[in-house]
Amino acid sequence: MAIDSDVLVIGGGIAGLSAALSAAREGAEVRLVTEAETTLHHASGLLDVLGYTPDGEGPVVDPFATIGDLPDSHPYAIVGERTVRDGLAMIDEVLGETYRGEHTDANALVPTHGGTVKPTARYPASVAAGLASDDRDVLLVDFERLTGFDAGVAADHLADGGIPAETSAATVEFPVTVRDDAKVTRYAHLLDENPTVTVDGRDRHVRAALADAIDPHTGDAKRVGLPAVLGVDHPAEIRAELGERLDAAVFEVPMGPPSVLGTRLEDWLYAVLDDAGVEIEAGGGPIVNFDADDRTISEVYMDRSGSPIPYGAEQYVLATGDVAGGGIDSDRDGVAEPIFDCHVPHPSDRYEWFNDDAFGDHAFVTFGVVVDETLRPIDDADDPEFANLRAAGAVIGGYDYPAEKSASGVSIATGYAAGRHAAREV
Amino acid sequence: MTATSPDVLVIGGGSTGVGIARDAAMRGFDVTLVEKGNLTHGTTGRMHGLLHSGGRYAVSDQASARECIEENMILRDIAAHCVEDTGGLFVKRPEDSAEYYQRKLEGLVECSIPATELTAQEARAREPFLARDIDKAIEVPDAAIDPFRLCVANAKSAQDHGARIETFSEVTDLLVEDGEIVGAEITHESGAGKRVHGTEGTVEEIHVDHVVNAAGAWTGEIAAMADIDVEVRPSKGVMTIMNVRQVDTVINRCQPKGDADIVVPHETTAILGTTDEEVGDPADYPEEQWEVDLMIEELAKLVPILEDARTIRSFWGVRPLYEPPETGTDDPTDITREFFLLDHDERDAFPGMTTIVGGKLTTYRLMAEQLVDHLAGKFGLDSTSRTAEEPLPGSEDESVLDEAMDDFGLRSPVAKRSAERLGSRTADVLDTDEPNPVVCGCEAVTRAEVADAIEQSGTDLNAVRIRTRAGMGNCQGGFCSHRLANELHPEFDEGQARAALDELYQERWKGQRHALWGKQLSQAMITYAMHALTMNRDRDPATSEDAPDFGAFDAGPASTPGAAEDGESADGATGVVTDGSGGDRRGD
Repeated sequence: MAIDSDVLVIGGGIAGLSAALSAAREGAEVRLVTEAETTLHHASGLLDVLGYTPDGEGPVVDPFATIGDLPDSHPYAIVGERTVRDGLAMIDEVLGETYRGEHTDANALVPTHGGTVKPTARYPASVAAGLASDDRDVLLVDFERLTGFDAGVAADHLADGGIPAETSAATVEFPVTVRDDAKVTRYAHLLDENPTVTVDGRDRHVRAALADAIDPHTGDAKRVGLPAVLGVDHPAEIRAELGERLDAAVFEVPMGPPSVLGTRLEDWLYAVLDDAGVEIEAGGGPIVNFDADDRTISEVYMDRSGSPIPYGAEQYVLATGDVAGGGIDSDRDGVAEPIFDCHVPHPSDRYEWFNDDAFGDHAFVTFGVVVDETLRPIDDADDPEFANLRAAGAVIGGYDYPAEKSASGVSIATGYAAGRHAAREV
Repeated sequence: MTATSPDVLVIGGGSTGVGIARDAAMRGFDVTLVEKGNLTHGTTGRMHGLLHSGGRYAVSDQASARECIEENMILRDIAAHCVEDTGGLFVKRPEDSAEYYQRKLEGLVECSIPATELTAQEARAREPFLARDIDKAIEVPDAAIDPFRLCVANAKSAQDHGARIETFSEVTDLLVEDGEIVGAEITHESGAGKRVHGTEGTVEEIHVDHVVNAAGAWTGEIAAMADIDVEVRPSKGVMTIMNVRQVDTVINRCQPKGDADIVVPHETTAILGTTDEEVGDPADYPEEQWEVDLMIEELAKLVPILEDARTIRSFWGVRPLYEPPETGTDDPTDITREFFLLDHDERDAFPGMTTIVGGKLTTYRLMAEQLVDHLAGKFGLDSTSRTAEEPLPGSEDESVLDEAMDDFGLRSPVAKRSAERLGSRTADVLDTDEPNPVVCGCEAVTRAEVADAIEQSGTDLNAVRIRTRAGMGNCQGGFCSHRLANELHPEFDEGQARAALDELYQERWKGQRHALWGKQLSQAMITYAMHALTMNRDRDPATSEDAPDFGAFDAGPASTPGAAEDGESADGATGVVTDGSGGDRRGD
C-alpha cells in the first residue's frame, strides 16, 4: 500500500522546504522526502535574490527592480516579481529575527571568508554587524588551526575592494586544542557547550577564554568578525556574550562547506515545517522509480536498502537540485533528469558543456528541466511531461545562479509558487 | 682545456635536466639549471608514473629493456620515497596473439627481467577487478614512481651540492661568440630566485664553459637559436586519472603495440594511458574527447569497472622523440625510445653545447650519467658518477617508514601519508611546535608540509602542489586551493596570494574539463558554487575598476531608523524561529 499525501515534495533543500511550507499553508497534507544530506550543508546560509544581471552587470542595488529586465526563460521571469516577493515574505515570516534584510529592497554586501563581498537580499542576524556598507572600524579574527578563513587575507582583500571601514586582523589560538583535521562544527559545539578550560593556570569557560584572547587586538574596532562557527544551538547567546566582553558588535563571516550557517538554517526551517504539520522523511533513500497513467503520476518509489517503498500523492514537486545535488545526472553520452526522465536540453557534444575559463559561461551550470508558467516540466514539444508534476529550485535550468548570486531566491520563489500551484490542484 | 670548476648551464627542469644537474654538481661542476616553467613543466610532469621493468620493450627493443631493468633496480634504492613497489602484469586477452605472448616471455628471460607466469585465476586472485575472460598474465617488476617528487629531490640534491636552480626562467637566446656557444640569455619571469607573484621580470646573461640542452620537446627550439637543426618529433599521449585505485598492480595489455594499454596505480588514484600521435607544436595541440573515451573503453576490456568509474581529470604529455636524420619512420609508435647525445662540436662543428634528447623517465639517471661522463671527459674532471649509489634527499634512510613512527601530533592516517611523501625528511618537516592543521583533506597535507614547499618554491602554488600532492585529489582543489593561498600570507601579501590562487584554480580546471560527467561534474558544480556563489571570486569588486557604491547598499538593520537592534528575538508567534533556540539538531 502506498504511503499517501496530497502533495509529495521530493528534495530537502531550500526549494523543497519552501514548496512544502507553501503547500501546507494552503491547507494541503504534505509529505517531504529527502536523502540524508542536502546541499544546505554546503551553502553559505545567505538568502540571495539577485546580485548580478545575466550579463554580469552589478552588484545590483535593487534585485527586485532588476527582475523585469530578465529574459523570459529565467525562473524569476516565469513566476514574476510579485511571487518572488511573496515567497521571500513567507520565509521572512518564519525566520523572524534570525534573518535580516527585510527592512529594505536594497541588497546587502556581505564579506565572506575569502575577503570579497557577496550581494544578498537576506542574511543571518549573526552576519548583520559585518556588512561592507557599515563604516565602523572592523577587526577580523581567525583561529590558528582553521585553514578556511585567514583574517589577514580577508581584511586586506576587503580593503582592496574599497569598503568604507578601516580593517584590521588578528590570529588567536582557540582555547581548546582541536585535532589537526577538525571540522568547523567542532568549534561550534565547543562554544555551544561552553566547557571549562584552563588557560594560564586559570579556569575559564571557553567563550570567556576566547574573548580574553581577542580582547588585546580590538583597539578602536567597533565590530569584531569571527569565522562562522559561533554555535549551532545557541548562536545569539554566544554572540551576545562575546560582544559584551569585547564591548563591540560581534558578527560571523560566512564560510563553507561544511557551513554552520547553512546547518543552522536547515535546522530552523525543518523545525518550522514540523510546526506546519509537514511529514518529513529524511534519510530514507532516493526516489528511483514511478508509475504513471496518461501522463499523471500515481506513485513514486523510494529505494530503502534495496526495497521499493511506494509513495502516492495527487501532486508532486520535484526539488532535487541540479548537477551538484544529483537532481540532474549525466554520463559521457548525455544529461538527464533521473527520476521522471524529464526533458533536459543540452549540447550533444560533451565538450560544449564547459568553458575553458574556470569562471567562464559554462553550459553545465544551466542544465535543468524546462517549465511552463505553472512550473510543470515540459517536454521537447512544450507539452507538460506530467499533469501533476512541478519543479522548484535548481532542478530548473536555464540560469547561472553562482554568477548571478540567485540560488536561494530562485529556490524560494519557485518553491513557494510550485507548492501553491500543487496545493490548489488538490 | 681544463678548468678547476667548469661552469655548465643546463636547460630544462625535467627529469633529464635535474638528473644532469645533480650528477654534474656532485662531480664538481659549477651548475646552473634554468627551466621556463615549474620543475617537471614539460613531459616529466605529464606522464603516467610508470617505473618500467623493461617488460614493455622486451620484444621490440631489448637494449632499452635491459637499461630499464637495471635503472629500475637502482631507483628502488636511491629514490625509495618516490617509488611504490606495485609490481606489474602483462595480461593476455583471448583475442591477443599467443605468439606474441610467447615472444614476450622469451624476451623477458633474454633481458634478465624477472617474470612469472600466472593463470587467469591467479591473476584475478591478485587483482579481483581484472576481466573474467582474460587468458593469463605475466608478472614483472613494474612499479609506480612519482615524477614530481623524483625531480624535486634531484633538484634539491643538486642545490645541496652547490647548483643554482632557476624556475620560470626561459632561455630567450643562445650567446654565440666566434662560432662558439658561450652561454644564454635568460628571462626570469619574476626575477632571479624563487618565483614570487607580482615581482617584475629580469633578463640575465649567463656565460658558461658549456651549455647542455635538455629541453625535451623544446630541444629543437633551443638549438635553432644557434641555427642548429635538431628535429624532435613530438608525440602526444593522453592520461586519464581515476578517483580511486581500481587496481594495486600496474596492468599492461600483452600486445605488440596499441593505444590505451596500461593502468598505473598511483597514490590514491589510477592513471589510464595512453595514445601516441605526432604533433606539430609541443605547446599547442588538440586535446580530444575521443582520446579520453578510448582510454575508458579499451582499458575496460582489462578492468571492466573502469567503464562506470569516476575520472577526475585527464592530461596530455608530449614525448620528445628523436631519430637521426634520414631515418624517416612514419608511425611515431615505431620511433625508437632510445636517447641520443649530440655533441654539436662533433656533429655540427659548433662547439660549446651538447644536446640530449629522447629516452624516458625510467632511464633518466643513466642518461644524466652518460651526458656528464661526456662533459667530464671534455673538461678532465672526475669521471665516476656516484648517482647510482648515493640516495636522493628523502631516501637516505629507508627504515623510516617501517619503524614505529612518531606521529608528530597528527592522526595516524595523516602522519602515515605525510611520511610516505617525505621519506627520511619527515621529521625535519613535520616536527614543529606550531599548530599543524590539515590544509588539503583529500591528500592529508598539513600546514608544515605546505610551508616546507613554499620555502622551496615561493608563491607558486602549482609548485607546492607537485611537491605535496595538495589539490590533486577528488575535489581537484575545490576545497583547498583558497586554503593553500592563505598559507602564503603574511610572508607574501594578499595580492600575491590572490594571484597565486587564481593561477592554481585555473590550472586545476584545465584538466577537469576532460572529466565532466557524472560525479565529477557534480564536484565541478559544487566547486563553482563555492568559489563563485559564496566567495564571489568571479565578480570580485576588488578586481574591477570601480568600487561599488557601498553607500547605496544595505548597511544593516540598525542603520534604518526604528529598526530593532540585533539580538535575541522576542518569544515569537507559532512557527517563528528564534535565534538561540534552534531546537533539536537534525541528523545527530
